[in-house]
Amino acid sequence: MTINNASRTQTTFSARNAWAWTWPKLFAIALVLGGWELLFLSEWRPSYVLPGPIETFDALFKMAGTERFWLAVKTTMTRAGTGFILALVLGSIVGIAVARIKPLRLAVGNVITGLQVMPSIAWFPLAILVFGLNEQAILFVVVLGAGPSIANGVIAGIDHVPPAFTRLGRVLGAGPIALYRDIVLPAALPTYVAGLVQGWSFAWRSLMAGELLVIIAETPSLGTTLDFARQMSKVPELIATMIVILLIGMLVDSVFGTISRKIRRDRGLAIDD
Amino acid sequence: MKQAELMLRADNVSKSFGPEGAATVALSGVDMSIRAGEFVTIVGASGCGKSTLLNLFAGLDKPSSGTIEVNGKVALMFQEATLLPWLTARKNIELALNYAGVARSDRDARVAELLDIVRLGDWADKRPHELSGGMRQRVALARCLAQGARIVLMDEPLGALDAMTRDHLHDEIESIVKAQGLTVVFVTHNMREAVRLGDRVILMGSRPGRVVYEQSVPLKRPRTMDSNDIASRAADLTNRLKAEQGILEGADS
Repeated sequence: MTINNASRTQTTFSARNAWAWTWPKLFAIALVLGGWELLFLSEWRPSYVLPGPIETFDALFKMAGTERFWLAVKTTMTRAGTGFILALVLGSIVGIAVARIKPLRLAVGNVITGLQVMPSIAWFPLAILVFGLNEQAILFVVVLGAGPSIANGVIAGIDHVPPAFTRLGRVLGAGPIALYRDIVLPAALPTYVAGLVQGWSFAWRSLMAGELLVIIAETPSLGTTLDFARQMSKVPELIATMIVILLIGMLVDSVFGTISRKIRRDRGLAIDD
Repeated sequence: MKQAELMLRADNVSKSFGPEGAATVALSGVDMSIRAGEFVTIVGASGCGKSTLLNLFAGLDKPSSGTIEVNGKVALMFQEATLLPWLTARKNIELALNYAGVARSDRDARVAELLDIVRLGDWADKRPHELSGGMRQRVALARCLAQGARIVLMDEPLGALDAMTRDHLHDEIESIVKAQGLTVVFVTHNMREAVRLGDRVILMGSRPGRVVYEQSVPLKRPRTMDSNDIASRAADLTNRLKAEQGILEGADS
């Protein structure tokens, strides 16, 4: 009896939690769609320039039924994944090196921050000249967009490792590699993940800019879909593609958010999520 | 009677921090000898160089002058438990066993044994934030023992705990130290604690840090913090410290 009551209380509690988590999002979506529909009905712009949500979502569902759309998603996601992984590897190596080697930090510490704030689109003219209109040019800029944020995440993470932890490592007899592997890097993980989140957002932005500028024949991508829709004045498809880009960005960000929350919860750092 | 083996020795040790000319002298002319199986407590006001001395014994720092002799492996326990927050109690201890060179196949059994010694067998898979302050210090103690050192340096390990937990841990530390035959240097600023635990109490004065008084404590064990013998010895130590610092006598510890 007690168990039944307890499990019922728990179910009610999780249902309440799920609702508390869902309703603000549903409300925000309803607000945006409602505002958009009102703008459409007000005929502020002709419907061929600004279609309503119904027409746009209809276009989205039609697009989702085509092979070309999924090919475009696959191309864009492959580029994003490859570029991000490359940026992760290079950014992490550079970050650890800069955090550990003082002259290197003096030499390039500021350059990394400079690169981080530099708009990645500014790299494209050079990337196109050096690599041509191809995948390498896009990847180059994605890596340059994401790498500095990841490197800075590593550097900040290592800088903020409590000295008591490194002292503990020495007391326990950890060698330099073990100290980094077992203590410094795990301690730096929350800040590192924050750097990864920022790196992802820069990678995603750089990629979209790249796909709009570097159009490779016979290779559909979300960027080219967007550009073709603009050229053909297919505004519902254009907005539908923008929604897809927004959703993918949010989806990946929520994956990082979940990882970050788990790390903080495991360490007793989560406040209330 | 043959004297026990000398485990730690500080010979005219001085330690300064900062640039020459503007250096702060943390320790000056410290002489100290600690023999095998001794439980020595070091007391003194904040900033008297107690922790600096432990760091020198632990090899974390070098003396500016004088010599430090350490006869065997040393483990150090801090005021804060400093458990790694991403590891469970079991994994925190296992890390120390790993660094101590214990074979992977032997680690599980050794961790279980150590957790039993500190009576935390049921809490092995909890992370530090899921444990109370006292439990965290017990895990830190188990980790300290995992290093397989015969000399244990404790830097105010119970300073942040409530009185009741601290009393429990006194009993626990005392019995573990006896059972394992450890040599202990225990730093505290609590006079009663120093007398309660120590076979010998060393009082340090400040500016610069140096040994000003030494007293052996021949009281029978088990001891309790509120016994009259401990209270009167603690009051005596407090008065000596006050006199050393130029403060009028009269108040109790």
